Amino acid sequence: MAIEIKAPPYRIFNIAPAVNPGAMENSKTFLANDKIQAALGFPGHEIEDWHDRAIDKMGELLGKYRSLKVYMDSCVHCGACSDKCHYFIGTGDPKNMPVARQDLMRSVYRRYFTLPGKLFPKLVGARDLTREVLDEWYNYFHQCSECRRCSVFCPYGIDTAEITMAAREILDHVGYGQKYSNEIIGKVHTIGNNLGLPKAALIDTLEGLEEDVKEATGIDVRFPLDVKGAEVLLITPSADFFAEPHIDSLIGYGKVFHAAGISWTLSSMSSEAGNFGIFIGNYEQMRKVALRVREAALELGVKRIVVGECGHAWRVAYSFWNTLIGVGDGANDPYAIQLQNQLDHRYKQPMHICELTWDLAERKIITFDKEANDKHIITFHDSCNVARGSGMGDMYGGQFEIPRNIVKAVANHFHEMPEGTTHEKTFCCGGGGGLLTDDLLDLRVKGSLPRMEALQHVVDAHGVNFMACICAICKSQFTKVLPYYGFDRRLIGGVHQLVSNAIRLGDK
Amino acid sequence: MFAVLFYFAAGLFAVGLIYRIATYARTPAPLKIPTTPAPRTRTGVVLLMAREVFFFESLFKASLWTWIFSALFHAGLALVLLRHVRYFIDPVWSWVIFIQPFGIYAGFMMVAGLMGLWARRFFVDRVRYISTPSDHLMLAMLIAIGISGLVMKFITHTDIVAIKNFFLGLMSFSINTLPSDWMIYLHLSLIALLLIIFPFSKLLHAPGLFFSPSRNQIENSRDKRHLSAWAAKLESGKQ
Repeated sequence: MAIEIKAPPYRIFNIAPAVNPGAMENSKTFLANDKIQAALGFPGHEIEDWHDRAIDKMGELLGKYRSLKVYMDSCVHCGACSDKCHYFIGTGDPKNMPVARQDLMRSVYRRYFTLPGKLFPKLVGARDLTREVLDEWYNYFHQCSECRRCSVFCPYGIDTAEITMAAREILDHVGYGQKYSNEIIGKVHTIGNNLGLPKAALIDTLEGLEEDVKEATGIDVRFPLDVKGAEVLLITPSADFFAEPHIDSLIGYGKVFHAAGISWTLSSMSSEAGNFGIFIGNYEQMRKVALRVREAALELGVKRIVVGECGHAWRVAYSFWNTLIGVGDGANDPYAIQLQNQLDHRYKQPMHICELTWDLAERKIITFDKEANDKHIITFHDSCNVARGSGMGDMYGGQFEIPRNIVKAVANHFHEMPEGTTHEKTFCCGGGGGLLTDDLLDLRVKGSLPRMEALQHVVDAHGVNFMACICAICKSQFTKVLPYYGFDRRLIGGVHQLVSNAIRLGDK
Repeated sequence: MFAVLFYFAAGLFAVGLIYRIATYARTPAPLKIPTTPAPRTRTGVVLLMAREVFFFESLFKASLWTWIFSALFHAGLALVLLRHVRYFIDPVWSWVIFIQPFGIYAGFMMVAGLMGLWARRFFVDRVRYISTPSDHLMLAMLIAIGISGLVMKFITHTDIVAIKNFFLGLMSFSINTLPSDWMIYLHLSLIALLLIIFPFSKLLHAPGLFFSPSRNQIENSRDKRHLSAWAAKLESGKQ
């Protein structure tokens, strides 16, 4: 059964592959068991009226999400998106073309919700929702990392991520959930973070970090937990407490706060920036996960909320937190006003750690020894959710400039990857959107092809040996897939890992 | 006969389209999902939308060939439609008279663009894979409309004075006869068909663009709380 997972060869010409129907039809991520489903209030599998429930749910979502409704109607099959998805480029499976992925759902929409589809299904490509169709949804809507690259190129802005989210929401409601995402959301509800690290483990890890930094620098950099009255609450992906290279960025955040003299704290209750609620397209779950942040902020009485290096978490924080839990400005309802009165609005709420660091660097409150990073020849990978789902600073495109500014401020050698693979056209790492699981490793390796090609380009041209990014999923994904392409897994790291190397600590 | 068909087609087009637009407008967008980087002001969004509507900016980034054919077709169609205004007003406005010669070339542009778009459906394997029978028929219908129009202009010449009388009559609810010419019957039947299927088909991409949240939202999520009615209900009784 075990198939050998191999990296696909680089393309000789930078064009779309020929279509290879069925290439990925057997890619199926593990199903959530009944217990995992029940923890989120979703039904277990084998429900009898799945067909009617699925259609009802679809109707409900069409009435609740303008995006879904408009996107179902608007596609003209022009093909603008057809060669833009990294999973299509890596696999050649035509159902990984964004338009074809959308059509998996659009065909059902046409059949049940439009007149031509009811009258002439064949003519307009409409089809009944059968068990086979549902299986196909499950397989191919778990081959989309919700990275939104297609939406940049669509003349109507159709965002396949919105459709994938709706499909997963429908699947969850007929007992067809994904193990990886749903299990993780369950862990956040019970323990407070994706990795399931309890408070005792966090304390242990943070104390260990303090010792490590003391040993390396001779300076007492603190990593505080649950400190009431701290200025800043840092919400960071739990991988930062645990995984390599993530932990090096956490050390970087700690050094920035130390050097700037800002009091800060982590929260054991809200020890996770990630919010997999977005991946499964479920507003209530996303809100429930985010509510822990609100609760922690109110309890600890912090003035600012800062988010660590995590792509989708920053999208949720930047774009959705104000909606979900009232972290932001401009509320006129009592629910959000309570929290907004507590926060200090001289600062953006929430703030990205890169915004904080860059602001301090610009004001010379923190300074760097750039030479400390001279062994690194650096490129920057724009993470999809940061690039296309959020912003930074007050300027258009700040999410591209601010992290690059930091890298250039802390290191001497920086090179961009080829145009068309960075900024808003960046390629996903191949592991985002709830696909960062070993049962999808084949897909993840293939999906990283376009990024690996771009990386190879700067490795060959400039000898790049460090790819910086600001996303925990990217870091984990690349650590895993880089060796398949013949790269050292330590080639990936965080922006604050570089900050950590270069920041001057002693004179404050 | 044609009069009835046109009243029916125009009525269905108007009612269907208004109904669709009302549905789009009524459906909430609960989350801020502009594809970023996005404009931070209302003016910025209006400018972005104008670039999408008039220059197909996103398509230009995506595929040059599709953009060329699509621009030829849409720009051609726009000019042709403006040229046809002369059949519905009397006296004819001076700018309509001014564009008449351009409108003729636009007819060729339009058909050429459609042919290019159709060729893509056969020769690009990705586009061939996603094309449904209705995608082909839609192009065939638009090409037939364009060619039948061009034939009447350059080859068979129809009695355009009578046609104008027919349409002016329709607009004042009096029925005049059309010239008995099968080319004009074909041309007009297909246009009626186009109007009828518009609100039920992918032709809804035209109004759809204006309601696309990834394009029409302002990127100001941190500065202003954005809350839909159904989402606000979740908060009653909490905290």
